[in-house]
Amino acid sequence: MPSLKDLKNRITSVKSTRKITKAMQMVAAAKLRRAQDAAEAARPYAEKMADVVNGLAASVKGSETAPKLLAGTGSEQTHLLVVMTAERGLCGGFNSSIVKIARYRAEKLIGEGKTVKILTVGKKGREQLKRDLSAHMVDHVDLSDVKRVGYENAAEISKKIFEMFDAGEFDVATIFYNRFESVISQVPTPQQIIPAEVPEDAGIETLYEYEPSEEAILEDLLPRSVTTQIFTALLENAASEQGARMSAMDNATRNAGDMIDRLTTEYNRSRQAAITKELIEIISGAEAL
Amino acid sequence: MADMMQFDLVSPERKLTSGQVRAVQIPAADGDLTAMPDHAPLITTLRPGMLVVEGPDGDKRFAVTGGFAEISPKATTVLAERAYPAGAEAQAALQPLLDDLRTKAEAASMDEKDALTKSADDLARTIAALA
Repeated sequence: MPSLKDLKNRITSVKSTRKITKAMQMVAAAKLRRAQDAAEAARPYAEKMADVVNGLAASVKGSETAPKLLAGTGSEQTHLLVVMTAERGLCGGFNSSIVKIARYRAEKLIGEGKTVKILTVGKKGREQLKRDLSAHMVDHVDLSDVKRVGYENAAEISKKIFEMFDAGEFDVATIFYNRFESVISQVPTPQQIIPAEVPEDAGIETLYEYEPSEEAILEDLLPRSVTTQIFTALLENAASEQGARMSAMDNATRNAGDMIDRLTTEYNRSRQAAITKELIEIISGAEAL
Repeated sequence: MADMMQFDLVSPERKLTSGQVRAVQIPAADGDLTAMPDHAPLITTLRPGMLVVEGPDGDKRFAVTGGFAEISPKATTVLAERAYPAGAEAQAALQPLLDDLRTKAEAASMDEKDALTKSADDLARTIAALA
């Protein structure tokens, strides 16, 4: 049975925890709105880019001169997994859900005898994967100093990827990120970026002229398209992170409230019990006289 | 209106302008071109340069660093890697990019040197045009 003073201390401590989680929730809500706006603003570019690249890719895919980024290296032996997570914790299952699908994929590929290389973006993913897959980790991109993800951050990541690709260090690249559905639902998504995946029914209805040639444009566009996909993933991730943190902190705040109620009831009961005990002592003392 | 078409200028981070315009001058990779309504469908890459939008309320100028343009009879869309409305801000933003390109061009192998020098020169001209 904790003493009255213990209970009181406990209540004070839970109250201050609730204040902190409440504040974090509100900060996350404000950041979420900004992140959503940023994701919204980037959408027209990404959509147009995907349209044009898909149209071009569909017409070039069969030809022998198709760029490597589209046609692949002809092998599927080495896979690069780009695992994009947050720099901070306290956001529910956000980080672990990405790590989980990435780890599952890595283990599956290793089981098939493929070589797996892992590039981590964000501190949390690296920490979690380091435990059992540290032998496969090749590089890390640190975004902890970045307040708002910009296109330059995506360009930095894609530059690393292209350098590795040009050096022939991998055949297939896949990014793992959380797609933002709503505040309470973020979907961990794997997306293959190299070689580019072209939907079957792609193709532009209008017949375009190309200046310079189709191949030259594609050569120029494919790297941009990869960077754009990474940028989109970063933005979706940022929005998801804030969304996940917001609901996690909302839960924490509610839990703290429940706990305060429980503790207060217990505190009042013990106080009453103590008073009753003292009264009984006084009365029985008086009776004894 | 038959003599107008839809025009959008988007960069990865935001949409810079969108609306009905009369014509757009585009710094395409193989030379400048002007897109007007009923232009034949065309997709072209861009080089660094000035994009001039002739809208109903006067010309608007933007500095772009590269990307591509999709032109169709009814609409023109420019997807620029970086785009800035003309002004001192654009100049300040582009200058470090130019320095970076020049250093890269210095260090590049023979194959790439020409292309890099050319984009650096294009960029230098763009910055000069902004002044």
